[in-house]
Amino acid sequence: MTEVLQSTPDREELILNMGPHHPSTHGVLRFIVHTDGEIMRKAVPDVGYLHRGLEKIAELQTYPGYMPFTDRINYLEVMFTNMAYATAVEKLLGTEVPPRAEVLRVLVCELNRIASHQITLGCITMDLGAFTPFVHLLRERERINDLMEALCGNRLTFNYMRIGGVSQDVPDEWLKQLEAFLDHFEPVIDEFDSLISYNEILIKRMGEVAVICAEDAVGFGLVGPNLRASGVDWDVRRDLPYGAYPQMDFQVPVGMGEKGTVGDCFDRFIIRVEEMRQSCKILRQCLANLPEGDIKAKVPKMPRPPKGEVYSCVEGARGELGVYLISDGTPKPYRLKWRTGSFAGLSIIEHISRGLMIADLVAVIATLDVIAPEMDR
Amino acid sequence: METLSNYIADYLELSGLAREILYAVLIVAVAAGVFMVALTISGLLTLAERRVAGRIQSRVGPNRVGPLGLLQWLADGLKLIMKEDLVPAAADGPLFRLAPYLVIVGVFAAFVSVPFGQLLIAADLNVGVIYLLAITSLVTVGVLMSGWASNNKWSLLGGIRAAAQIVSYEVPAVLAVLSVVLLSGTLSMQGIIAAQGGWPWHWYLFHNPFTFLAFFLYFTAAVAEGNRTPFDLPEAESELVSGYNTEYSGMRFAGFFLGEFANIYLMSAIATTLFFGGWQIPGVTPEQQATSWGLQLVGLLIFVAKASIGCFVVIWLRWTFPRLRVDQLMSVCYRYLVPLSLLCLAANAVYMLLIPAGSMIDRIIHYGTAAFGGLVGLIFLWRVFHHIRSVGDRLDLNVLARGQKGRFDPRIQARRYGKFRKKRYSKETG
Repeated sequence: MTEVLQSTPDREELILNMGPHHPSTHGVLRFIVHTDGEIMRKAVPDVGYLHRGLEKIAELQTYPGYMPFTDRINYLEVMFTNMAYATAVEKLLGTEVPPRAEVLRVLVCELNRIASHQITLGCITMDLGAFTPFVHLLRERERINDLMEALCGNRLTFNYMRIGGVSQDVPDEWLKQLEAFLDHFEPVIDEFDSLISYNEILIKRMGEVAVICAEDAVGFGLVGPNLRASGVDWDVRRDLPYGAYPQMDFQVPVGMGEKGTVGDCFDRFIIRVEEMRQSCKILRQCLANLPEGDIKAKVPKMPRPPKGEVYSCVEGARGELGVYLISDGTPKPYRLKWRTGSFAGLSIIEHISRGLMIADLVAVIATLDVIAPEMDR
Repeated sequence: METLSNYIADYLELSGLAREILYAVLIVAVAAGVFMVALTISGLLTLAERRVAGRIQSRVGPNRVGPLGLLQWLADGLKLIMKEDLVPAAADGPLFRLAPYLVIVGVFAAFVSVPFGQLLIAADLNVGVIYLLAITSLVTVGVLMSGWASNNKWSLLGGIRAAAQIVSYEVPAVLAVLSVVLLSGTLSMQGIIAAQGGWPWHWYLFHNPFTFLAFFLYFTAAVAEGNRTPFDLPEAESELVSGYNTEYSGMRFAGFFLGEFANIYLMSAIATTLFFGGWQIPGVTPEQQATSWGLQLVGLLIFVAKASIGCFVVIWLRWTFPRLRVDQLMSVCYRYLVPLSLLCLAANAVYMLLIPAGSMIDRIIHYGTAAFGGLVGLIFLWRVFHHIRSVGDRLDLNVLARGQKGRFDPRIQARRYGKFRKKRYSKETG
């Protein structure tokens, strides 16, 4: 990083320091932007401002004791980090999760996916200058927060899952409330579409901007909506099925180049809108086929998994969210590694930033959905 | 001004030096009056913006200070006055301090020739329109100066963007205004209003299809000149932190802010004067209006109402649209607005040449354009209300933490979420 700052540019360049506190860096994120007037030569990301050592902490905690820390990996996709960790430990232990718990996990995960995409889509529109859609989506997210609070007592860091199941069963009336929410929210997606998605200025700002081709997307390890926007049809839920997902019927939206080229910012935007619809569809199926029974398998209070290593991944709101876990037979993990979508998303920005304008950089960061705490861990 | 001064001087039987002093005092008094009026208008507009934004975003907006939050702007101003006036160490001090005054002076001085009523104008200059366009250009200087003097790269980018944008958009704005000047044959604001009439088909908006187009060109260009969304690039929050006013705090920041809001009212007032018949009352001739104080008051109300609708539309735009990019902004100006406004000017000249004023064809074109414009407006309004209704009809999800009436009800939340919340809320609600 210091090299970049100290090197004398051969032509006149303006070096802008964007971040760590800049309104559109989504957390504490820093870019060193080399510009020629408004046009960027390159944008070099600088990471590490939110490093909390969450992987090292795992080595100091017992297996169940680490569960609350997974909430802090990413404040927007808490259920997925919970689930990735829980499934990894269950694989090590060889635990069978009861069917009711599996469906409940899918249910809360999809609810969380909707909440996460609401924030993402809202932030995209806000970074492009439209403030109102953001507020409207936050209003809807508040309903999800209320639902989650009724379910597990927390509005942001849910800590809902346990090794072998979930912590609590749904309260009375909760499923009815969820159904009412879905009835309410599905038209809201259409309203959002008519309010902003196909707004001419928004299309002009995002179509043909920062195109990521499929080779680049795979090469840089993009995952989730970013990868699918580039035309690569890959979804962990469908292709490496886990939990109750094999019973669910849903489509995986892939970037079509609707308003430009496949892999542009608009594809990354519209694919998330479509994913919210698909999540609603999965939620309705969960509501219809919620089995009766236990919500938690019998797991010892201090499990000692046998020696071995395991990789477990789930499809989070930002794509494949993986946990690599090594056990040495003691009650504490020997090593734990997180694989997150935001880090891959950030790493491609330097590659695609050349020739974009400063205003486009904001759109690129927002549509790649880079979340600083998930990236730094 | 001079008539008023002479009238008072004659009444007091003054002469010589005393007369001159009275004239000077009156000038200062009127200037202070104009300043206060502009300040109040821009203050109330900040409140209007926040209230309208609240409604658009389905929240309430400020409503605590005074009835309906009407005194909120005074509280805001008081807060900003009490803030520390910070000048960055590396800034160019004198320029940094001067810049906000240029913005304020540029906008507020323009209020001198805003015709609020037939007699309510501080100075009906014979070059009124040109004066307005010229004095508001001071804003460009102030903004560029602030961007440069802050010694901050984001500010500089904002300042440069602002200079490029305001100067570019002045071209279509002036060309669109010239269409009206051409038709009325005068540059005086009162003269232009007097050339129109009370009824919509007497307005220059509906004079012919090209003035109808010219209004939209002027409006677009004026929104861009006022740095408002979708053209708010100079202070694009998500890109340039806060643009040219990043380093400003306290009352100097408020200076930029007031200038921006006064500018909104100013552009609406100019549009009202040029295209909407200003203070003309339907069915009353200017001569009749001049004789009655009551009619004068009605004229003032009509002018303010028309200008307020313009302000509302500008605020509405801001909370609806995303922002353009710099290159798109320039291409909108030079590829569409400038050629179109030139076309309007030329077409109006040809219109004047071919169709004699007051002839049958002239009147038919007025009525036709007015009918067309009214139809467009009605369709637009119908669509707006259709959307509002369709949202209102939908199931309102108040089953969670809100009561049946849609208002937040802590008791319902306590019932749903159990005891510990109940305790907390029962303490608050008594």
